[in-house]
Parts: sequence; structure tokens; C-alpha cells
Amino acid sequence: MTDLLIHLVLIICMPPLMLGIIGKTKAAFAGRVGAPYLQPYFDLFKLLRKGSVFSSTTTWIFRAGPIITLAATITAALLIPLGNHPSPISFAGDMILFAYLFGLARFFTMAAALDTGSSFEGMGAAREATFSCLVEPTLFFALIVLCRISGSLSLSTMLTHSLVNIWFSAGASLVLLVAGLFIILLAENCRIPFDDPNTHLELTMIHEVMVLDHSGPAFGYILYGAAMKLFILGAFFIHIALPFKTGDHLLDWGIFIISMVALAITIGIVESIMARLRLVRIPQLLVAASILTAFSMLLILR
Amino acid sequence: MNTFADQLLVLVMLINFILLGSSRMTVSIRAVALQGVVLGLLPVLINNFSFHLLLISGGIILAKGVVIPWLLFGAMQRVQIKREVEPFIGYVPTLLLGAVTTALAFVFAARLPLAPEHQGLLIIPSSIATLITGFLVLTTRRKAISQVTGYLVLENGIFIFGLLLTEAMPMMVEAGALLDLIVGIFVMGIVINHISREFSSIDTTRLSALKE
Repeated sequence: MTDLLIHLVLIICMPPLMLGIIGKTKAAFAGRVGAPYLQPYFDLFKLLRKGSVFSSTTTWIFRAGPIITLAATITAALLIPLGNHPSPISFAGDMILFAYLFGLARFFTMAAALDTGSSFEGMGAAREATFSCLVEPTLFFALIVLCRISGSLSLSTMLTHSLVNIWFSAGASLVLLVAGLFIILLAENCRIPFDDPNTHLELTMIHEVMVLDHSGPAFGYILYGAAMKLFILGAFFIHIALPFKTGDHLLDWGIFIISMVALAITIGIVESIMARLRLVRIPQLLVAASILTAFSMLLILR
Repeated sequence: MNTFADQLLVLVMLINFILLGSSRMTVSIRAVALQGVVLGLLPVLINNFSFHLLLISGGIILAKGVVIPWLLFGAMQRVQIKREVEPFIGYVPTLLLGAVTTALAFVFAARLPLAPEHQGLLIIPSSIATLITGFLVLTTRRKAISQVTGYLVLENGIFIFGLLLTEAMPMMVEAGALLDLIVGIFVMGIVINHISREFSSIDTTRLSALKE
């Protein structure tokens, strides 16, 4: 019961903090003080208090987009185990639902972007569709590897399964898996080197382009959903990269929170030391990530 | 010990992908050098320690990791090769081809009748995958110097296959193979120089035209 409560509280409260830590890390690298850690929360509250403007050319899809996206992301958050604790909802094959809840969220973001009739947003939607096609195989190869290792089809058993021994026996394939997953973690959450979350109105943008016309609470939902997606995929990544487990419940939650903070700092460092890739290079890197995870699958299946 | 050798062979296969995906000449030469050094470490790890093996390893690391890259960088500077690799088909298709052939190498290796002590190792699949990567680099790159790197990778593949026989293979054969390789690199360096002098470029596609 306490585990369930902690799970829900973390899912609801922690995602914007990750963005705050990333921002602070980048500020430290640039020699600035940076916005406070809680700035993303202030932004969200500010947006929720504002009114909305809807263009007269849009239909209900435009209004439904942000809500369905956020709802799908929250459902995915209930499927993922955090730390050493099973998720609130789990059944055999929930990994497919997990993958396609993000697909649903993406579909509605793109549909809402197309619904505005703006050619600029249409361009962003086209890019998102292209890149997500290239990300999906990586995610599924990774899930197949985890299935094979744990012999289970449910995310909870798959991710809380003790990976420490496997790091010793099949370290090479797990290193490949972690590398591939880190690339899709950055690509899926529109971080540098794939997309720059700070720039609006640039021709090289992907995600920010699609949400330009949303305002007020709807934009708040989008930002919150994006933060939560980073949190969920980050938790997924942490399970494989840092599979440290004690047996103690509260200690495990502490380890989980510390690993997530460490992950946010790592992402901040990557964003500070790398430049955004040219758009034509992005598919190459995504295909490379698929090949890494496919290779890891090959080594595990052998 | 064998698991560590397996991790090194995985590294060798990853270097294959770097070679197929990289667009810079210097990156691919460095990658080939690193592959040579990793391969040089393998004989000591796989077999029981002996002075003879140490000598082979040292020779291989010296030749593949130092001498050949040095020759290639020298050739690059002499003929002022531009940094880009300029492939016939794009990087993503070659990468995918490389991935497919690596997967096929695993399938093929599982069907070969091997001695029981070599059954579980990655030697055969990585050797075949490296061979095919060598072929891919040889056939898809436009410049003579990238074809030299392809030739080197091809030889690395053959060398991995030879690891199965290090016990039986006398040192003279290994040394002879290395000598062949170095002579080959020299000849190719001279050929590159000549192509570059005649055509003021080392693009091999121009060789098929008889007159301008």
C-alpha cells in the first residue's frame, strides 16, 4: 500500500523536477546561476491559470490532443515499475501496451498539429512521424532482449528481475542495450543532440513546432506530459543501467530517486557538451541505435 | 578468460559498424588500427601462455596498430585526400547491409560442424561478419584509400578465423601473412600515388574511362 502511494506521488510530483535539474546543470556548465529547481512547476501553475485561445479553423481534435496525450502518458506511468517495486498495473504482454500508449500520445500530438492547418506544424508532424518510425524498432529489440533474459512478458518482472548477474555473464550485450536505450531516451524526449527543447520557431525543430498553437492549460498539459515521458523512459533506462537493489523498501525508493537525479544530471551534461546534430544525421544515429540493440538481441538469443 | 575474449570479439564487430557508418577517412583508419590492436590481444587470451604467442601478439599489434595506420596517414597527406569517404551507396543502407550480414553470419556459424571446444565462442560469427564488412567497404567506397581499409578489414576477418588454428599454425605462416599484408599496403600506396598523379584524383570510377 505504501509502495503504491509512493509510486503515485513520485509519478505526479517528480517529472518537472527532472527538467529543473537538467536546466540547473546546463546553467552550471554555462557559468550562470540558472532558474530555480522548481521553475518547471511555477511554469506549469502559471499556464494552468491562463485562458486559452483556439483558432476557428481547428476542430475537437485540436482540443483533445493534449488531454489524450497526457492521459496516455499517465496510463503508461502506471505500467512501469519504479525502483525495486512492481507497478500498480501489470499483466503478461503489458510491454506492448506500454510501447503503443506512447504511440497513441504521439499520434494525437501529430493529429492536433495537422489540425491547425499550418504548414509549419505539418512539417514538424512529418519529422516526428519519420523519426518515431526509426525509434520503435530499437524499443522493441530492447524489450525482446529483456523478455529473453527474464523469461517473462510483463514489464514488472522484466525490469525488477535481478540484472546484476547478467551484467557479469553477458555484459557486452547489456552495454549495447544501454547505449541504444540512451540514444532513444534522448530522441524520444526531444533533447539535444536530436532536438533543442529551448528553441521555438526554428526550422530545424521537431517537437516544439507541433505544439506552437496550443496555449494556456492545454500547453501546460503538453509540457507536463513531456516531463512525465522523460521520467518514465528514464525509469526504464535506470532499471537496466543501474540495477542496484537492496531488499529494504524505503532504501530502494531512495536509491531510485538518487539514480533518477543522476540521470537528469547526465542528460544535462550531454546537452551542455554536444551540439545539435544536422537533421540529415539524425536518422543515421537512430538506425545505429536500432543496430546496437538488434546486435544485443543477437548475442542474447545465440 | 574465454568470456573476456568474447567481449573483445563483440568490440571487433562494433568497430565493423563504425567503419561502415563513419564518413571521415581518419575515423575509419583509426578504427582499423584499433581493430588490429584488439585482434593482437586475442591469441594470448585464447590459448595458454607461451613466449611464441607473445611474440606473435607483439608483432601483430606493431604491424596492424602502428605501422599500417602510419603508412595510410602518410599516403593521405602525400596525395592530399579530402576527409570524406564518398561511398557509392549511403551510410544508412551500408549499415543496414552490415547488420543483416552480421545476423546471417551468426546463423551460418551455428550450422558449421566445429570442434567441441570452439562451439560456444564468437570466433566464427565475428570472423565471417568481419570478412563481409571488408567486402562491403571494398565494394561500396569510391576512393582507393578506403578500399585499402576494406582490404585490411578483410584480412582481419581471415585472421580471426586463423585464431582457431593458432596451436597448429607455425609462427612462420603468421609472419608470412603479415609480411604479405605490409607489402600489399605498400603496393597499394604506390598505386594510389600513381592514380592521383595521372588523374589528379584517387576516385577509382575514373579508371573505367579510357580517354577524357
